[in-house]
Amino acid sequence: MSACACEKVELTKEDALLEKLLDQYRDYKGGIIPVLQEAQNIYGYLPKEVLQKIAKELNMPFSKVFGIVTFYAQFHLKPRGRFIARVCLGTACHVRGGSKIFEAAKEHLGVDAGGTTDDLRFTLETVACIGACGLSPCMMIDEDTHGRLSPKVVGDIFDRYE
Amino acid sequence: MNNMSEFRAKCKEMYEKKLSRPRVVVGLGTCGIASGGDRVMKAIKEEVAAKGIDVDIDFTSCIGMCYREPMVEVAVPGMPSVVYGDIYPDKVAQLLESHVVNKTPVHEWAAIQIPGDATPLEGIDVMEKSPYYEKQVRSVTSRLGRTNPESIEEYIATGGYEAIEKCLNMERQAIIDEIKKSGLRGRGGGGFPTGNKWQFVYNTPGEKKYAVCNADEGDPGAFMDRSVLEGDPHAVLEGMMVAGLAIGADEGYIYCRAEYPLAIRRLNLAIAEAEKHGIMGDNILGSNFSFRIKIKAGAGAFVCGEETALLNSIEGQRGMPRVRPPFPAVKGLWAKPTCLNNVETYANVPFIIRNGADWYSAMGTERSKGSKVFCLTGKINNTGLAEVPMGITLREIIFNIAGGIQDGKKFKAVQSGGPSGGCIPSEHLDTPIDYDSLAAIGSIMGSGGLVVMDETTCMVDVAKFFLNFTQLESCGKCTPCREGTKRMLELLQKICDGNGELEDIDTLERLAKVIKNSALCGLGQTCPNPILTTLRYFRHEYEAHIVDKRCPAGVCAALLQYVIVAEKCTGCGVCLRACPSGAITGEKKQPHTIDISKCIKCGACITRCKFDAIIKA
Repeated sequence: MSACACEKVELTKEDALLEKLLDQYRDYKGGIIPVLQEAQNIYGYLPKEVLQKIAKELNMPFSKVFGIVTFYAQFHLKPRGRFIARVCLGTACHVRGGSKIFEAAKEHLGVDAGGTTDDLRFTLETVACIGACGLSPCMMIDEDTHGRLSPKVVGDIFDRYE
Repeated sequence: MNNMSEFRAKCKEMYEKKLSRPRVVVGLGTCGIASGGDRVMKAIKEEVAAKGIDVDIDFTSCIGMCYREPMVEVAVPGMPSVVYGDIYPDKVAQLLESHVVNKTPVHEWAAIQIPGDATPLEGIDVMEKSPYYEKQVRSVTSRLGRTNPESIEEYIATGGYEAIEKCLNMERQAIIDEIKKSGLRGRGGGGFPTGNKWQFVYNTPGEKKYAVCNADEGDPGAFMDRSVLEGDPHAVLEGMMVAGLAIGADEGYIYCRAEYPLAIRRLNLAIAEAEKHGIMGDNILGSNFSFRIKIKAGAGAFVCGEETALLNSIEGQRGMPRVRPPFPAVKGLWAKPTCLNNVETYANVPFIIRNGADWYSAMGTERSKGSKVFCLTGKINNTGLAEVPMGITLREIIFNIAGGIQDGKKFKAVQSGGPSGGCIPSEHLDTPIDYDSLAAIGSIMGSGGLVVMDETTCMVDVAKFFLNFTQLESCGKCTPCREGTKRMLELLQKICDGNGELEDIDTLERLAKVIKNSALCGLGQTCPNPILTTLRYFRHEYEAHIVDKRCPAGVCAALLQYVIVAEKCTGCGVCLRACPSGAITGEKKQPHTIDISKCIKCGACITRCKFDAIIKA
């Protein structure tokens, strides 16, 4: 049987953080989701090698880990932009023109939903509701919520994130 | 126990001292921050430091008037405190100078005043009598916008943790009886009597039990739970502790969606504070009751709001629903008896225990007691959060509290209950809000989102919007939901594209009924509701799309025709030059016309026309 390839990967600063994280959750019931969330914070996304390592260390089949990752919308298998823009297309935003905001964002960034700009600055996503319906239409960039938008101001808001 | 009364006295002293000082308070809930509250806070700090003004700076959570954010309250002792709306950094200097230094409130920016013991000011609405709050009650939301949510001292000074103290001296069955007597029903939407649920868990034998809080508020158009978590986190913790004590649990989980970072931060802080003061943890307040709460952040799956899917997700699995029975009360988290309630339900508990079941059941209707927090959104003037007594009518909420429809347009429908709810037309506006009346007209109470739609909203498009949502969020476990939502969405798309046939309506209805009866969980069983209610009340719109190939509200692009109104057209030629497909023709100073076969429906002409001469019909 050939040895697992993931052990040959050189240890980086991120890998050290992952080790620490795994030690923390090794005996924690139902810890896989928090581990994946924090691993994604460390690497920015979930590379295959990282998932393999997590599966091995937490004693779970890789298929199960992969199943969880693909079930939840917040886990990503591909690299993502430095800033994540989430345009809300919930009900309240929908009736107040959320789709026009989304069109403006797509045009400004030149990517489609789920796409990342070539300079890895932004990833554009849609979200079904961010709970700021009182300020609809709205979007979130990382943890900042921007409300009462109009298609005209969308570009200016993106420009604030260098 | 003695320590607690000492601590409580200290908290009250601190709180009174704070109230006796002049202070500016910025609303920093998510809505406040989103509208620029942070920048206002910074401006206030800089201004106060630069001018050396003697005033304390504090922050609070969302008072509910989201449409006036960012909001700033100025309180000068001996005078009514005034809550200002739409305060941006450029207004800060004048506001501080006038109200704090010269003690002259700025009337034109004021939203409401809270007089306390002072004589009310002329010309500013007193909070309880203002149009927005007149018909509201404030119990669950009483601390929202009034106290600092990150201070356990203020929570205790305003009666916090009295309920758990009282319960520690009560028989466990007596606590459950009190909740039963209050008539509290699940605020997550289902409306199951909370006391009965607790009784089931209490009756199930087992060494280990759990109390779980569902904070996975995923319904688009709903943010009550976020506001309560951000504004009064300790009340949720206390409610869970009371539940834990009553049912015999020593561990609790709050499953909060990851889209609410501020709520998660404030909850973690509240837990740390409570543990520090011996109110949570081992041997709470010197008793033999121990209770700990952990936070689990969701990972972005709407179906996790369904109780059994939520439990699977906490256990670290895919969030897919389980077959019931067994119900969570018997076999829940890690197969142990589990009490699962929503945020607002738990937040009600301390108020019920403190004020008594009779106080609570005095509010509301025969079968729906107490109050309910609603989120008012959509095409209304006053968007925000409102807590109303059960039994109030939709009309009062929409036309009194929410201030009617934006831009003087006509009301068409209100959507309650999110993707599981229904659209209610104007003939049912006088329906009292309670679980049973809403169910009778085909909708549900749901978690409390009310999205108001006006005449420019197309009901077929709305149904399509919800189906698109549920179809994407369907977990795929059971066939009726996985396949059925997809088929229904295809039919709706076909109708919106102008290719619908009359038999599609029958197919939709049949599919909807089958899915309602056969899906595994709440998501699937309720997802046909938007279709069924729009078919029930707005069938003519479906028929217009199918028979006349026309979208009466002018939303469905494939069915729109752009027309130039000859009487209004001056023949200026702006539209002709704007049209990218050369569909507009006409002589100068003569009314122009649009060639439908060439028109690509981009709308460029409408936005350019200065005379409103082009309409979509």
